[in-house]
Amino acid sequence: MSDVITTDVVIIGAGPCGLFTVFELGLLDIKCHVLDILDRPGGQCAELYPEKPIYDIPALPLVTGADLTSRLMEQAAPFKPQFHFNQMVTSLEKRGDTDFVLKTDGDLVFNCKVVVIAAGGGSFMPKKPPIPGIDAYEGKSVFYSVKKMEAFRDKDVLIVGGGDSALDWVNNLQPITNSMTLLHRRDEFRAAPDSVNKMRELVAAGKMKLAIGQVTGLGGANGILSSATVKGADGAFFDVICNTMLPFFGLTMKLGPVADWGLNLTENLIAVDTEKFETNVPGIFAVGDINTYPGKLKLILSGFHEAALMAQQAFRYINPGERLLFQYTTSSTNLQKKLGVA
Amino acid sequence: MAKITFIQHNGNEITADGIAGMTVMETAVKNQVPGIDADCGGACACATCHVYIEPDWVAKTGKRNPMEEDMLDFAFDVRDNSRLSCQIKVSDALDGLRVKVPEKQF
Repeated sequence: MSDVITTDVVIIGAGPCGLFTVFELGLLDIKCHVLDILDRPGGQCAELYPEKPIYDIPALPLVTGADLTSRLMEQAAPFKPQFHFNQMVTSLEKRGDTDFVLKTDGDLVFNCKVVVIAAGGGSFMPKKPPIPGIDAYEGKSVFYSVKKMEAFRDKDVLIVGGGDSALDWVNNLQPITNSMTLLHRRDEFRAAPDSVNKMRELVAAGKMKLAIGQVTGLGGANGILSSATVKGADGAFFDVICNTMLPFFGLTMKLGPVADWGLNLTENLIAVDTEKFETNVPGIFAVGDINTYPGKLKLILSGFHEAALMAQQAFRYINPGERLLFQYTTSSTNLQKKLGVA
Repeated sequence: MAKITFIQHNGNEITADGIAGMTVMETAVKNQVPGIDADCGGACACATCHVYIEPDWVAKTGKRNPMEEDMLDFAFDVRDNSRLSCQIKVSDALDGLRVKVPEKQF
């Protein structure tokens, strides 16, 4: 087992509310580790709409998802949060009276006093195409990500999709596979033009195949794929011979393991009070889109407010018996020191 | 006001009042039509509001825009009459619109 990381607070989710939670806790001298299933901060702002304008952040008449994320990262930076990306929290358990133990699918283990769930719409997970019987092949010959390229050596690989993930893996895996086929529903690709050109060169050189259509069925036995049935653009069906398939249809959000942590849920959202934004388990808080309470609005600004109030109660758990003095960043030398501006 | 009918995969129909200026997706969500997930809330960023336009209405609802065409790559079983309902604005001209909801939005 890996070494246990001991910290005040673990924040689950590095979206806007998770990042602002770092700031609010930081002002109270509370140190955080932040986990996210994505490979970068920003949550939905990074994954779903980095370039799209947001108009309802106070004092920012227009900001993109990417810009909001980088500003929040800058604002949280003085408090030196430690980020752990590509990590999904798999379990959260109480240990003793005051501690929590939290484990991730990347074998990280944390011991902390307070957990803040800022997981938005849940964990981003690969979209699984609803092809009949696909479950039987998952993990054996159908994969939604490439963990180790070597696993694909000498395989007959079918990659499905037209974005950067699909094209990048076509180009990277083609040299080591026995055969490579790219299947996409149209002969146009969203992926970066460079990758598309490279793929077209490989096709022109006879090193791989490009097929246009959509998968409708899978053939094989005992979880081992032998072919995929494809409906072509003209409506005619044909088979692609393959023993490995990698579908890349983007990501979707699922609540995931959060559902198993003994928290009261209302329609897949975590129920909290509106004073401390605490769940039914003392010491576990939920802020942002993932929580619910009477009058809840799924707005980033509401999540910011929730983070500020939650931090007060977190302070009491982490510093029992200590008095919490309310201060303003405009006038408090103490706070300004923490921010590195005094 | 425009009546919009959502035909479920099982054949059940839900008819909702669409308000001009809102999108077909917003109309579905407001009326809790199952199968219109709209994960991203209408930013044309998720393809979970995919619908099939009934043949009589294809011309009136118009063509897919380029962003929508890209995003349909993330949908399953895309057909000639596939649209993302967040990209169709309700208007009086669409009174009586009928759309089919796919079996799954995945």
